[in-house]
Amino acid sequence: MSAAPMIEVENLTKSYGGRAAVRDLTFTVKRGEIVGFLGQNGAGKTTTMRMLSCFMPATSGTARVAGFDVFTQADEVRRRIGYMPEGNPLHLDMRVREYLKFRARLKGLTPARSRERVDIVTAQCGLGDVAGKVIGTLSGGYRQRVGLADALVHEPELIILDEPTKNLDAHLTRTVRQLIKDVSKDRTVFISSHLLPEVELTCTRVIIIHEGSIRESGTLDELQRKMSAGQQVIAELAAPVPDLREAWEHMAEVEHFDISAAEGSFHRCALTPRAGLDLRPQIFELAKARGWPLRELTRTRHSLEDIFVHVTRREQEEP
Amino acid sequence: MQPFLTLVRRELGSCYVSIIGYAIVAAVQFLLGLSFVIVLRALNGKPFDVPVTEAFFNNGLFWLTMLLAPPIITMRAYSLEKSSGTYETLMTAPVGDMQVVLAKFTGALLFFMSAWLPLLAYPFLLKRFSVDLAQVDTGAVGGTFVGIFLFGALYIALGCFASSLTRNQIVAAMNAFALGLGLFLLSYLTFILPPKAGWQSAVLSHISMIEHMRDFTRGIVDTRQVVFYVSLTTLFLFLTLKVVESRRWK
Repeated sequence: MSAAPMIEVENLTKSYGGRAAVRDLTFTVKRGEIVGFLGQNGAGKTTTMRMLSCFMPATSGTARVAGFDVFTQADEVRRRIGYMPEGNPLHLDMRVREYLKFRARLKGLTPARSRERVDIVTAQCGLGDVAGKVIGTLSGGYRQRVGLADALVHEPELIILDEPTKNLDAHLTRTVRQLIKDVSKDRTVFISSHLLPEVELTCTRVIIIHEGSIRESGTLDELQRKMSAGQQVIAELAAPVPDLREAWEHMAEVEHFDISAAEGSFHRCALTPRAGLDLRPQIFELAKARGWPLRELTRTRHSLEDIFVHVTRREQEEP
Repeated sequence: MQPFLTLVRRELGSCYVSIIGYAIVAAVQFLLGLSFVIVLRALNGKPFDVPVTEAFFNNGLFWLTMLLAPPIITMRAYSLEKSSGTYETLMTAPVGDMQVVLAKFTGALLFFMSAWLPLLAYPFLLKRFSVDLAQVDTGAVGGTFVGIFLFGALYIALGCFASSLTRNQIVAAMNAFALGLGLFLLSYLTFILPPKAGWQSAVLSHISMIEHMRDFTRGIVDTRQVVFYVSLTTLFLFLTLKVVESRRWK
């Protein structure tokens, strides 16, 4: 069983009254990966996560977690996942320790084991100071940690987190993010977000979902490479404009260029290459041959945000 | 079994930490105390030929308590979890739908019964302060509690069903009360309609809760009535289970 991928989703579709919220989703998450599930609000992230956590069934298609079907073997699946739903719902009338113990017992841990695990996750999530407090009196950051501790308490193989840093301030977001990184060392994490930095900082792989279907998927590097067609090379050279213009016009690989004055005698050239080529070695050689002082030579890298905006805009323009 | 017991404990715990729980207990005690006083006044110095328990339970305050308490105890069962979102964490834990339904029912029923417990003190009070020691029959008190338990189980099951249908607690309570009251008012048909020999009046007398309770308070536990309550309770628990499962049909 351990050879099976952690999550296997095939042609997963969910429609509500004829309208498909999730359409023909197919993806795999290997063991040990931290995968970010990225999409705008209403893209189908929560629906997918609810199906994976056996809360609601799919209209068609299959999903397996650790080799178990989420519909027919729901109990096996539930034992193996720690799920934190969107908005992190908690029993506000319970005390932190009491709640975690309740959840541990509910998930089938023996009394001794649940005490032990509650101690561990309390320490892990930094809840020691508030263990005796009523959850309803805690701040958002602490509540988030309680939710995370709940997801971890039964040592699940897979953690599914739906928007774990929603409505948290920057500092708390960082704390929670670090926490996610810490706990993900020995397990698989599947995390959804509409925030790009979130995914960029925590995940090893990204799946971008838009209007219910997958648009892009891959590691950050892969996605950046895919997007490199539109990448530019920036070179700052000290040379007269006509010379520069002439040089770029004769360089076959340059599709488009733009020259603007920079401070001193330097000019800033933004070059768009043909077919995603890397122009940097050529430009360096050129500068060396002509004896032009060169002070900057960079390739603009697409941030995940660029990729995301590109992917989702392309889709919006199509219809 | 373990998740079931854990959930029952949680349900009971949530009743005892909330102000609503204590408000229910207080209201039940107030209404029962009041009807106790009324019965005592009525009986004061007069000879009477019915058991004290029957006189006590044949007044409106008792039925008011019986009809009002279950909807308020059960209104939160599913509605609150649905509206706060904890329903999702509950249903994604390795717990069966059946366990959830039974645990919520058991927890609410235990709480309901615990609200009636102080009632046990009344017979002792009567014995202590009345001249005639034969007034209170243990059998009648036992039968009364069996009656309260069976009636309570049915109305708690009905309340759970109403709560599972909505995410609004008030709507849940009102639906449960309306359904419960409707069921209860069927009893009055036997009083309104002239008794005839036909099967209709036979059916009506079988579903009359007032008559059932009269038997119970006399210490008579009739299996037909036990079957009536147990089967109706099962029916509403079954319906609740189907509502809980229905999220898988959508």
